[in-house]
Amino acid sequence: MGNTGHGETFLFWVGSIISILGALGLIFSKKIVHAALCLCTVMLCLAFFYMAQGAVFLGVVQIVVYTGAVMMLFLFVLMLIGIESQDSLVETIRGQRWLAVPFVLAFGFVLIGVYAHANLPEFVGTDAANAKGGGNVQSLALLLFSRYFWAFEVSSAVLITSATGAMVLTHRERTVPRKSQREISIERFERWGKGEKVSLTGLPNPGVYAQHNAVDTPALLPDGSPSEASVNATLRGRDTVRGFRPLPLPGARRNGAAVASRGDAGNEEVSQ
Amino acid sequence: MANMDHWVINGFDTHIPWWFLLTVIKGVALFAMLVVLTLFNIWFERRVVSWMQMRIGPNRVGPQGLLQSLADGVKLALKEDIVPENADKPVFWLAPVLSAIPAFLAFAVIPWGPEVSIFGHRTTLQLVDLPIGVLYILAVSSVGIYGIVLAGWSSGSTYPLLGGIRSSAQMISYEIAMGLSFAGVFLYAGTMSTSGIVAAQEQTWYILPLCISGIIYIIAMVGETNRAPFDLPEAEGELVGGFHTEYTSLKFALFFLAEYINLVTVSSLAITMFFGGWRAPWPLSLWSGANQGWYPMIWFLVKLLIFVFVFIWLRGTLPRLRYDQFMKLGWKVLIPVSLVWLLLVAVIRQLKNVGDMDQAHLIPICLGAAALFVLVLVALEVRERNQVSRDRRSRDAAELAREEDLEGLGGGFPVPPMPGQQRAAITPRPLRTPILAVTANGHTPAEEASDGRQ
Repeated sequence: MGNTGHGETFLFWVGSIISILGALGLIFSKKIVHAALCLCTVMLCLAFFYMAQGAVFLGVVQIVVYTGAVMMLFLFVLMLIGIESQDSLVETIRGQRWLAVPFVLAFGFVLIGVYAHANLPEFVGTDAANAKGGGNVQSLALLLFSRYFWAFEVSSAVLITSATGAMVLTHRERTVPRKSQREISIERFERWGKGEKVSLTGLPNPGVYAQHNAVDTPALLPDGSPSEASVNATLRGRDTVRGFRPLPLPGARRNGAAVASRGDAGNEEVSQ
Repeated sequence: MANMDHWVINGFDTHIPWWFLLTVIKGVALFAMLVVLTLFNIWFERRVVSWMQMRIGPNRVGPQGLLQSLADGVKLALKEDIVPENADKPVFWLAPVLSAIPAFLAFAVIPWGPEVSIFGHRTTLQLVDLPIGVLYILAVSSVGIYGIVLAGWSSGSTYPLLGGIRSSAQMISYEIAMGLSFAGVFLYAGTMSTSGIVAAQEQTWYILPLCISGIIYIIAMVGETNRAPFDLPEAEGELVGGFHTEYTSLKFALFFLAEYINLVTVSSLAITMFFGGWRAPWPLSLWSGANQGWYPMIWFLVKLLIFVFVFIWLRGTLPRLRYDQFMKLGWKVLIPVSLVWLLLVAVIRQLKNVGDMDQAHLIPICLGAAALFVLVLVALEVRERNQVSRDRRSRDAAELAREEDLEGLGGGFPVPPMPGQQRAAITPRPLRTPILAVTANGHTPAEEASDGRQ
């Protein structure tokens, strides 16, 4: 390999070590997100190799499409289906592990055999190809839109078909048309006008205090009593609402003072 | 003459080539400038927002409070570093780094000025000039999203996870509109290199011929940087702090740094693509010296500050969008509009390239196309509104029919009840072979007769 530069050789050795470590990590990591990240590392290294060999456009597209879009969607799905999802290490097919050993050995022999008999041509590089169109992007465009035009268009048609198919499969007709914000608001006022118990302004926020700031902590009304509407009905139903003794108003008779002065007064349950 | 290429101190040849030295100097200067700009922008934002809200804002540390962000930075660095127990530690550690490094990297291809002389050597004020500079920025920013998404995932808590998912969806959707708006510029400039695009804007800035691309880019860049009114991933009213809720100390500072550097990067990209890059604005450009030497850096910085001001202005005035409205804007408005616009741009470019096209023909064609475009938009809007009113009418009719149809036998067949409809009680026929039914699927005859309904 006489015509690789020093920089390229250096990049190759650094990049190949990182990408092999990434590939090993992909296989051996137990958490699926770690595996996805290792795959990203491998892809980034691949992009660097493309760039080092003069295929700048390909390198950048590799990052944008594979790392930026495809792996991101993968991660998106992984995050949606479960934060804690770990791969089960139980064999689903009996004897799978033992069967893997001869197959791996056979594959290794095939690889070695092919590599030993391969008749690799002289190393050409991308300079001549890039110079043909006056730059990497231009020469790639010339090829894509002349010689490989048909393949390019067909692959885009396949992609569009699959996207449309996914949309058709996941599409669901609504049984009732969606109500707009305006209609919901009008409806709410109508119900309120009929005398129903509806909150027009939205429900009050939960309470924010020095020691407690969470959805299970009720806000206090001006008279010091906890506001029932400020806590979710589910929490009220489970009876897990963090309670406050009604605070005495200034000037009122201090009958609750002994409880309120205790440090953990806030932890008592409300009995409503 | 080897000494011309190497750095020579007092006659001693260090064998360090000048191009290497200049690159190092430019890189360090760029890094320092970005960090200082971040400190400045935080102060600028706080002061401008206070001014808009008729407050005073930080005014204690340093003149006019200018050193406030420095003091805050020191404070942030000295805070306790908390790692949640549920966190995935390596990823939790990696995420802020992944978010900050691409933010710095993206800036490398932005041209700050034309050729200048540093230590007697001619060089352009740009760290690297890649032939695919703009795509490089897209690539690097797509790596930067990983920082946010992984931060959300690795925190091991719900709000950050929701923030991370939101931000990945948001950035993927807005990157499409962004890429399409770039495509118009590529068609006009005939190149993807940032310096080439600036050079192609010598006569007119692209914001004039490509105004729609420019507007779409400006909207998309606000979405891309997670800034108000598109700051859904860190919506404090809904998600506490979003993806960085669990982060403290320097890790949080890195996210902060990345956000402000991204702000500068997308603004610089907008300037480079649509606002003439480092070129002087019109009245100044009449002076021939305005686009030479170090002056262009001033124009660039002024444009940059104007953009930052606009970002702050948006934050000070606009309420946050709801998530579905935000997605609707991205997918149903920005992407279709930019697709149609791109088609128009391509047609105009092709007509120009063919050569038998002069201004006298081009202007009426452009006007006609623009009129057609507006007409199509209006027609679509009218159709949408008709659809909505038709829906409402049919909904009213359906509701009326449902209210009258008390038995739930729509059209003679028993159908599942619609919301708000009571199904008439149907007395089930007793099963002929109750025992068999039980043995067949393990249900009692009463359960079987109730048809699964309780």
